[in-house]
Amino acid sequence: MKSVSRSSYSALWLCGLLTAASMLLAAQPPLPGDSVLQLPGVFVDQASRRFTLASRRGQPQLISMFYANCQSVCPLLIETSTAVMNALEPVQRSRLRVLLVSLDPKRDTPAALAEVVTAHRLDRTRWTLARTDPAVVRRLAAVLDIRYRQLEGGEFNHTSVLILLDGQGRMLARTERLGAKPDAQFVAAIRGAMQQGE
Amino acid sequence: MRPAVLALGLLVAAAQGSGYQRIPAGEYHSVLKYEDLKGNRAVTAFELNTQPVTNGEFLKFVKLHREWQRGRALPLYAEPNGYLSHWQTPASLGSEVSAQQPVTRVSWFAATAYCEAQGARLPTWSEWEYVAAADETHRDARQESAWREQILAWYAQSAGAGLGVVGRRAPNVYGIHDLHGLVWEWTEDYSAMLVSADNRSQSEADRARFCGAGALAVDDRENYPVMMRVALLSSLRGADSTSSLGFRCARSLK
Repeated sequence: MKSVSRSSYSALWLCGLLTAASMLLAAQPPLPGDSVLQLPGVFVDQASRRFTLASRRGQPQLISMFYANCQSVCPLLIETSTAVMNALEPVQRSRLRVLLVSLDPKRDTPAALAEVVTAHRLDRTRWTLARTDPAVVRRLAAVLDIRYRQLEGGEFNHTSVLILLDGQGRMLARTERLGAKPDAQFVAAIRGAMQQGE
Repeated sequence: MRPAVLALGLLVAAAQGSGYQRIPAGEYHSVLKYEDLKGNRAVTAFELNTQPVTNGEFLKFVKLHREWQRGRALPLYAEPNGYLSHWQTPASLGSEVSAQQPVTRVSWFAATAYCEAQGARLPTWSEWEYVAAADETHRDARQESAWREQILAWYAQSAGAGLGVVGRRAPNVYGIHDLHGLVWEWTEDYSAMLVSADNRSQSEADRARFCGAGALAVDDRENYPVMMRVALLSSLRGADSTSSLGFRCARSLK
């Protein structure tokens, strides 16, 4: 009996919280028509936290798609992101976030994603590795113009590209030059975007 | 009397447009060659629209789903300058556009949304290629030179004249109309086509572009009708639309 009233109390509290949250969201102007962050769908990160793309508006961010058990290019994608960040001033670097969405939702559980975060010693405050439903994967890839195909062995063949989104989720720049030496034009685009937001 | 009969005929044609035909399971040899896929491609039984989706059908859809009207559709999902730009207004075709013509200038997102609204989906490339290999009497007519020549002749014709209406030509052996000769069609997995500039001597840059092996090569360079589609689909983004690209829907069997 007691537990029922407690749970209904917490439900009420949660409801109030959600109302407050939706009021906060309502206070924000709508995203621009070409914003990637409009794409609906629930994502789950390496710590099993659920989020939507719309919740990531605000600061510029890097976005790409990958899969956790990739042996060749995907580590290179992480290495490239790190190199790009290292080319920034510390203040800008500390504010640039990275979102990598898995092409392989079947195998890339939050635990598998967390392993990648640990293995590459990624800063959890800035790096989000996430999975979502197969239909959302296909839509996000189409929006980002990332082409991919699952091979017979279960690996994926995919475009490896880093994309810069502005604070509203518009695509500002992309680079397919991977490696430890970052694409200077791409880095310049990030600097410009971060300054805009200051 | 006559106009009434004609009107009835048009009604029947419109009703058939959204019809599905069951396609039996089978195997075929794909024109697309992948390092990881050897031998024939298996296709499980499914259902396919007997005709491409028409302007009339798509108009009904955007009247119900106004978020897909020209001017309302998000630029993220439909490139604003091209999307349904041949219609007179966002919710009417005008006199230049026939309700019986296949709808074109639709993005992959819009085509996907249309099919989902019918409880369907876009066909996969394999499903499309499997059914499109047929002529009126053979399941796989691709080695028939007459088949290739006829298709190429259709393309040569339609370049000058306006877009024809759906369902005029004889169906193929599965009962499916207009897979060739009218419009090209979106597939669900159009973005799975990773064509690099030259697969035979893949450069370091290309290797870095795609994670893993298995970029696309072509097994039958003589099969122009299918090759043209591959070239088109591999060059498009999901928000793009063109005046010769339409779609039809498919359903998995329950």
